[in-house]
Amino acid sequence: MADLSQRVEKRAARVRWMLLAPALVILLFAASGPLLITLVYSFLSPGDYGGVVWTFSTDAWFNVVMQRDIFDETLSFSDAHLSIFWRSVKLSLITTLICIFFGFPTAYFIATRPKSQRDFWMLLIIIPFWTNLLIRTFAIVELIRNEGTLNTILMALGVISAPIQMLYTEFSIALGMVYVYLPLMVLPLYASMERLDFSLVEAGYDLYATRLQVLRRVILPLVKPGVIAGSILVFVPSLGAYVTPRVMGGGNQLMIGNLIELQFGQGRNWPLGAALSITLLAIVMIALMSYVRAVGNEDVKHG
Amino acid sequence: MTAAISVRNLRKTYAGQPPVVALKDASLTINDNEFFTLLGPSGCGKTTLLRLIAGFESPTSGALEMFGEDIVNLPPYKRPVNTVFQSYALFPHLTVAQNISFGLEMLGKPKAEIKATVGEMMELVQMTAMADRQTSQISGGQQQRVALARALAPKPKVLLLDEPLSALDFKLRKEMQLELKRLQTETGITFIFVTHDQEEALTMSDRIAVMEAGTIRQIGGPRDIYDHPAERFVADFIGDTNFLPAEFIAAKGGQAEVRLASGQTTTARAPEDGATSGKVTLAIRPEHASLVSEGEGMLAGTLGNIVYFGTDTHFHVQLDDGTAFVLRQQNTPDATARFESGARVGVKFGADVAQVLRD
Repeated sequence: MADLSQRVEKRAARVRWMLLAPALVILLFAASGPLLITLVYSFLSPGDYGGVVWTFSTDAWFNVVMQRDIFDETLSFSDAHLSIFWRSVKLSLITTLICIFFGFPTAYFIATRPKSQRDFWMLLIIIPFWTNLLIRTFAIVELIRNEGTLNTILMALGVISAPIQMLYTEFSIALGMVYVYLPLMVLPLYASMERLDFSLVEAGYDLYATRLQVLRRVILPLVKPGVIAGSILVFVPSLGAYVTPRVMGGGNQLMIGNLIELQFGQGRNWPLGAALSITLLAIVMIALMSYVRAVGNEDVKHG
Repeated sequence: MTAAISVRNLRKTYAGQPPVVALKDASLTINDNEFFTLLGPSGCGKTTLLRLIAGFESPTSGALEMFGEDIVNLPPYKRPVNTVFQSYALFPHLTVAQNISFGLEMLGKPKAEIKATVGEMMELVQMTAMADRQTSQISGGQQQRVALARALAPKPKVLLLDEPLSALDFKLRKEMQLELKRLQTETGITFIFVTHDQEEALTMSDRIAVMEAGTIRQIGGPRDIYDHPAERFVADFIGDTNFLPAEFIAAKGGQAEVRLASGQTTTARAPEDGATSGKVTLAIRPEHASLVSEGEGMLAGTLGNIVYFGTDTHFHVQLDDGTAFVLRQQNTPDATARFESGARVGVKFGADVAQVLRD
């Protein structure tokens, strides 16, 4: 009897491992492995034509935030890198906020439609995903470039006399990223709003709360998980965005993603690229942890 | 007496193919300090009427007044009305005490007053010990009490209750019925109670409006509605009823002289606006008639099933004209079986027990 139950248990354990295996393999080869290689590379020296030389060096890490003057060897903060970090964080935050601002009413609208219509509206949200990101980005370029649709119309109407420079600015990068990542905000927001019991909204009105108070005191606290998930889904890829700032920023408005690419490409400084990648990861983790902690604290205060 | 709520020709149509008329020109007056019940099967329009009074829906046509003031265009947060929802709709992100204080906070009451009122309310519904619990950590009956306290805390002029007891088990429901009645008497607030449970309506209400298919069928006190249903639907929906075919002979001051199928005549209560001649239907409650020996009584027939129910026994009689008639007799410890299944029996009932139905 004991033998049998032992055998059954062993079998169950084996099945568990087999079910877990695909996920573990992916994690090992796609996440931990490359990360480890990146970490190792960041402590090596750059090769002359790209690649790495296997000699230990902390130069890459030093160069992430500092620079040595070519002529007098004095140390100073690397303004170029710091301003790129700052721009990345700033634009990602702005993108996230704009996505909440536009995504929230959108998700609320869809969640309050009759059940039979919701799928149709969700389809409209998802359709942009069917097209290549690059093509979508160039479509926006066409809209806002100096000889583009928007400027042409405004000039034809006589609203402006000279085209407004919209492309290749931080504005255009934020616009592009909002356009690309907005669905990632709408989807989790919609998911949490769909589960929202709308009799709670009625209860709010019934208990003398105005529209704004119902939004602030009833709806927002209840869909907070959706707001958090959406913010993370938008903020994280924004921070590491590459295509949008490349196309819409025109090469002089770099973000971290472009800076990293530069090191692995023209810069031929793989260790610096690796160190910058790890830095990006650290920024993301710090941002997420402080965000979740801030939101969590609020919970304690209310509860 | 002031009318707490006055509803005149209120109509609610929902758009659709075809449009759904949820409420068909309903009119009624609810008095101040009254426990008023809207009773009817699901889809009869009772919840629609309640939501119109709360302000969650706006009427298609008609007038709605509260203490003489037109409230049709008033949003729900400006109406001195609170609702106890069927699902309770307690805020899951707030504690018991925070739920109860929500309405007071929204009204901008001073902190000290809110604290005092919340304490008072929790005392009233015996939830003081649970003040800091999350609403998910308390039982259904307790949630019900919190929902009640939350709706009573802002001291509304009218309290709306949307089937608040339907999710409770039988015993708790009985307790809460008495509790609600006590609260209504203590607070003096007008209660409008929606239910599909006739027993609930009869035990708690001062007056009942019986609704069906978007119309109000009859309004009256519990006794009135039970003993003298105006039409077949009301008689059928509330309690058990025997329907007898009869012929109208003469009307005399609210009473009617009718001839039964057996040829005997009796007097019955007549509705105000019913037929005064021809074939009519009589309604007689099973406990208002008694079983007698053959030859006695107004009707004769054969006794069929005898069903024992504990507190009482049901006798199924097949009348000679083919109609089925059920009698109910209370069981007493010394009762002996007087009749056996298959025996010829008579059915007796007093004058004024039968009710002539309107249709």
